[in-house]
Amino acid sequence: MRRLIYFAPLGLFLVAAIYFAQGLSRDPGYMPSMLIDRPAPVFDLPPIEGYTEGFSSEDLKGEVSLLNIFGSWCVSCNVEHPVLLAIKAEGIAPIYGLDWKDPPGKGAEWLARKGDPYTKVGDDADGRIAIEFGVTGAPETFVIDAAGRVRHKHIGPISPQVWRDVLRPMVLDLKKDEVGA
Amino acid sequence: MVAELGQLALLFALAAALHQSVFPMLGAHVGDQRLMAGGRASALAQAAFVALAFALLTVAHATSDFSVRNVVENSHTAKPFIYKLTGVWGNHEGSMVLWALILAGYGAAVALARGGVTPLRARTLAVQGMLAAAFLAFIIFTSNPFARLFPAPAEGQDLNPLLQDPGLIIHPPCLYLGYVGFSIAFAYAAAGLIGGRIDQAWAKEVRPFALLAWSFMTIGIALGAWWAYYELGWGGFWAWDPVENASFMPWLAGTALIHSIRVTEVRGAFRAWTALLALLAFSMSLVGTFLVRSGVLTSVHAFAVDPARGVFILGILALSVGGGLTLFAVRAPAMSSDAKFAAISREGGLFTNNLLLVAACATVFIGTFYPLFAEAVSGEKLSVGAPYFNLAFTPFVFISLLMIGPAAALAWKQGRLARDAHLFIAPALAGLVAAGTAFWLAAPKSTVAALGVALAVFTIGGVVRDLARRVRPLEAGALARFVGLPRSSLAMTCAHVGLAIVVLGVIGAGVWRSETVAYAQPGETVTLGRYDVVLSRVAETQGPNYISQGALFEVRKNDRTLREVLAERRFYPARGMATTEAGVWSTIRGDIYLTVGEPDPARGWVVRAWERPLAGWMWAGGAMMALGGLIGIAPARRRSSLAAHAPASGSTSGPAPAPAE
Repeated sequence: MRRLIYFAPLGLFLVAAIYFAQGLSRDPGYMPSMLIDRPAPVFDLPPIEGYTEGFSSEDLKGEVSLLNIFGSWCVSCNVEHPVLLAIKAEGIAPIYGLDWKDPPGKGAEWLARKGDPYTKVGDDADGRIAIEFGVTGAPETFVIDAAGRVRHKHIGPISPQVWRDVLRPMVLDLKKDEVGA
Repeated sequence: MVAELGQLALLFALAAALHQSVFPMLGAHVGDQRLMAGGRASALAQAAFVALAFALLTVAHATSDFSVRNVVENSHTAKPFIYKLTGVWGNHEGSMVLWALILAGYGAAVALARGGVTPLRARTLAVQGMLAAAFLAFIIFTSNPFARLFPAPAEGQDLNPLLQDPGLIIHPPCLYLGYVGFSIAFAYAAAGLIGGRIDQAWAKEVRPFALLAWSFMTIGIALGAWWAYYELGWGGFWAWDPVENASFMPWLAGTALIHSIRVTEVRGAFRAWTALLALLAFSMSLVGTFLVRSGVLTSVHAFAVDPARGVFILGILALSVGGGLTLFAVRAPAMSSDAKFAAISREGGLFTNNLLLVAACATVFIGTFYPLFAEAVSGEKLSVGAPYFNLAFTPFVFISLLMIGPAAALAWKQGRLARDAHLFIAPALAGLVAAGTAFWLAAPKSTVAALGVALAVFTIGGVVRDLARRVRPLEAGALARFVGLPRSSLAMTCAHVGLAIVVLGVIGAGVWRSETVAYAQPGETVTLGRYDVVLSRVAETQGPNYISQGALFEVRKNDRTLREVLAERRFYPARGMATTEAGVWSTIRGDIYLTVGEPDPARGWVVRAWERPLAGWMWAGGAMMALGGLIGIAPARRRSSLAAHAPASGSTSGPAPAPAE
């Protein structure tokens, strides 16, 4: 019996390790947003320098859409960019771009160079609207339903896998609801 | 070329580590001295190659080689040179190379230790080699710092501005020296269990490593708190964030270890327990790494999160901790000792200390991982906040403080509490008076804070009283008696007084703080308690890679200017990030802490002013604790002739009026 006590630390560790392993299988980028299932914050963003049209929260209503936070200064956005272009090519949902804390002209220059995946782009030079959305870093992407409610928040770049396995099915589901409603 | 050479060096280091993990173990098993000595060669080779890789990565950073992805993501040509160097470990990949370097360095220290490669050391080197191989493989396969980026961009993305700070130059290396230092204790424990010997000689060999690791960890944690205090701009220093807890858990386990190992060294008792703590301290370090690098718990986004890394680290964790604890389960029952001691004795005191520390460690562990457990069970996403930790942790601190003085004064084997009780009357009275004064003077009134003050003062009084009993400062020859004190008593006194001072600092800065937030135009005054804080002017200046808005304040009292303080807001264009550089005026009585926020055209600048009594005591106390640990590393001296004449100075084991050994 006494010997069994010596196995206790191992047993406790094994229990903890199982939980650790389970923790890993969760989406590590998942952070509950206060905004989930709530209407997106109301905003009206000016166009970025070089563009003529900005966009407002009204634009997000009427159709399932993606809202992508980016900046020409952000490395991971570079990584994500081809995926956004591919999503645009697929054409199942418009992507709105929020150009976050970019110096004037930089955002347009970046999009001209790399291609523009966005239906509309708004200039959030001072980062006010990003704060409203609870943005912690770029890139971040919100899935917005047809009623203009935030349904999902993805932190970090969208990889082809994330798009295929998470965001795309979600967008398609929401579009189905839209048709049903 | 630099990057390819670096990668090659890492591969050679891995090969050396694999050699090191097999042959010395085999040599110790069959008693072949040559195989065991081979472990020394591979340990040194491994250290040399990792050092080369680290040097090459540093070269890439220093020369802003933007064909290396790691440099692009963390550097910028305009970044000050010192931060180009520290940027090497200001990111996930580079910090893992630093981790491997320190691991290899400790291994080399064991290989070069006086006395040659004994079977115990050979096995230790082998275990150390296994850990090194695991981490090197982790670096090579999931976190390659030498990955190229093609085409190479013309400019880098700069290091996170929050990390461009003097505190962050030495905070990570200190912390890693601590985390990784416990790996040696772990390796020794595993080696001792394999060899079937955890005895006084074993403890004597491990203790310096454990103390060194603990001291660095103490410095690392204190620096981290200090950095958070003045760089994050909210005036706090400890938020029970998962990453902070990740460093605190191994520190608590390590603190238990350095106490327990003393009992094993002096009395040959607690053998299995000490081995378990040695395993536990490093396990907690690994759990901390897992926590920070895998993203299982969200925290400040310090490092890129990658599930593949999480799986790999979990694998390392499972093999090393699981392996160590399995060894313990199988081999430890044979380690029990027959050293007898009474409940009221130094051993008894240290045993209680150990229980408290392990329970405290478990409290932090549960609080940190509760969100993970809860989500796994109920799917609920929740977080455990500072209130839980403050509530659950405070009792451990208080009970520990209550016990430190009396327990440290007890003799080994059989103490006599009743006889020594009179020593603690004065400290107890001092504690009560201090608590009363604090309760009367300080605001807000807090019974818990007053109790904490009483206990901290009681501890300092008790420790100093005990020292005075042995040195007898008023009689002739006091200096000689002081110099002749065993190092371990000095170490203990220093660290325990340091702890009490930290507690006073935390109470002052945490409980008795006062705060004012107001808008001010240049020339206007903000009132902070007895002080008037005048915003004299705001000026914009250009730093090397940032633009700074500096607000110059005058701190005044009774219309006299006491001090000018500069607080800054810095904007780093490369990352589009702003940082706060708080203006802090520190005195022994406390800090005046000023930050300036965004301007409003109509109302002026947001000025936050805090008064944080005794804040500096936290850093001073932390330094004393670390110093205590470092003093304790020095080998226990033979009793000097002078000390031998002082009957009360006792043996190396401390104040034993009735020598028990």
